[in-house]
Amino acid sequence: MSDTKFSKEHEWITLDGEVGTIGITKHATEMLGDIVFAELPEKGSNVEKDGTAGVVESTKAASDVYTPVSGEVVEINQSIVDDPSKINADPEGGAWFFKLKLKDKSELDTLMNKEEYDKFAKETSA
Amino acid sequence: MNVKKTALFELHKKHNAKFVEFAGYSMPIQYSEGIVKEHNITRNKSGIFDVSHMGQLFIKYSDDITDKLQEILPTDLKNLKINQSKYSFIMKENGGIYDDLIITRMKDQYMIILNAACKQNDLQIIKNKLNNQNLDMNNDLSLIAIQGPESKTILENVVLNVSKLKFMNGGNFSFKNNEIFITRSGYTGEDGFEISLPNKVAISFVEELILRGSTLIGLGARDTLRLEAGLCLYGHDINENTSPVEANLKWAISKNRINDNFTGSQKIKEQIEEGVSKLRVGIKPETRVIARESTKIFDEKDNEIGKITSGTFGPSVNASIAMGYISNSHSKTDTKVFLEVRGKKVPANVCDLPFYKKSYVKGEANV
Repeated sequence: MSDTKFSKEHEWITLDGEVGTIGITKHATEMLGDIVFAELPEKGSNVEKDGTAGVVESTKAASDVYTPVSGEVVEINQSIVDDPSKINADPEGGAWFFKLKLKDKSELDTLMNKEEYDKFAKETSA
Repeated sequence: MNVKKTALFELHKKHNAKFVEFAGYSMPIQYSEGIVKEHNITRNKSGIFDVSHMGQLFIKYSDDITDKLQEILPTDLKNLKINQSKYSFIMKENGGIYDDLIITRMKDQYMIILNAACKQNDLQIIKNKLNNQNLDMNNDLSLIAIQGPESKTILENVVLNVSKLKFMNGGNFSFKNNEIFITRSGYTGEDGFEISLPNKVAISFVEELILRGSTLIGLGARDTLRLEAGLCLYGHDINENTSPVEANLKWAISKNRINDNFTGSQKIKEQIEEGVSKLRVGIKPETRVIARESTKIFDEKDNEIGKITSGTFGPSVNASIAMGYISNSHSKTDTKVFLEVRGKKVPANVCDLPFYKKSYVKGEANV
C-alpha cells in the first residue's frame, strides 16, 4: 500500500499502469458510521479531479464522494452498491468504489502519501 | 451556554460513547458497536437508553388541575386510572402541536414526560394555565428506557414484579431502598419499560442492567428504531403547524373530548368533519436511496404534493424508509410517488405504518 495516495476529501487511489483504483479511507468510514447506501459514477463517464463521483449515506447523513484525479470510469464495484456494509468492513481493500483510466498522471503529485494523510486525518478530526 | 450532562455521562464515556449536543445536552449518539448493531441488539435482545434529557414534570393531583390540563390536552384525563399512561399533546390555538408527551396518573400526582427541546416552553404554558409559578421540572431524577424482547426478564431480575405491568401502565417500585417509578412503554416498537429514578443511583442501576445482558444504545439507533415503528419525532414529523389529525394521530384524541373545548379544538373538529388537505403517511422508496427530511414528493404528473419529514435506512426491514406529509388525494396506500433526491426522481410508494411490526405486550393497550 506504500504507493497509495490520499486526498483531503478522504479518498485513496492506487495506480496499476494507466488505471487507478479509488475508494474511501478507513478514517472516512469511521467518521461516517454505518454506511447503508452507495451510489457510483456510470461506467464510461468522465470525471474531473475533485468533482463529485458518487455518494455514500450512513444512517445519519449523506456525503459526496469526490474523485482525487480526472479520468474515464472503466469499472465500478457493484458489490458495494448491493451491500454497502462492505464499505465499513473493508474500505481500503475489497470495497473499492471505481476504477479510472487516468487523464493526467501528474495529478497524483498533488495528493498525500500515507504518512501525510494519517497526520492530516488526525489533525482534522481532533 | 453550558452544555448539560446527564447523571450517566461518565458511564457513557466509559462505554466509548460518541457524543452530540442535543437540546442543550451532551448525549451519546452511538457507542463503539455503531448504529446498525445497536439497532439490532435492541430488536433481538435488549437495549438501554439514557433519556434523562427529557422533562419530568410532576403536578399534584386535584379535580381542578385535571380540568385545567384538559383545556390544553385533548385527552380524557377524568377517566384515567391510577397508574395508567396516555400519549397526548400540548395543543396550540391553530390546532398545531407545542409538544407530544406521555401523561401518567400516579397516586396523588400527574407525571408528564416532555421532549427535551420543548420542555422549558411546555413548562411555561402549563404554569400559565395552572396559574402556578411554583411548578418545576424535577432535575434530581434520571429517566432510563430499557427496550427489546429480553428486557422484561433482565429488568425483573433487578426490580421484582416489574414484568406484571401492562402496556401503558406504571407503578412504584424500589431499587436499593430508593423509590422509583416504572411504566411499560417506549419509543422503539419493542416491549419495554421507562424508569424514573434518583440521579444518585442511575449509574448503579444501569450497571445492573448491563451485568444482566442489556447494552447501552445511542440516540442514532433510537431514531432508526422509532422510525421503523412509525413513531413521530417532535420538531420533524409533528410541530406547531401540524395538527394531530393531519399527523394521523387522531386516535390520541379521546373520543369523548372531540366535542369538548380545548386549545385548538375548533380546528380539530373542523378537520375531523371536513377532512384535511395533507396527511402524514409512510413512504417506501423503491431503491436503497435515503429520502431525508425536506425531500420533495411529486406525483406521476410531476406536481409537488408533499415533503418528507423523516427518512433513514431501516436495518430490521433492510430498506430505505421515510415518513412525510402528502396531499390527502395521494395518501392512499400503494399510491406511486416520486422523491427528488440529488436532482433525480426516485420512485416510491405510500405505505402503511409501522414499517416494522410491533411486539408490545398485550393488555390494556387502549392508547
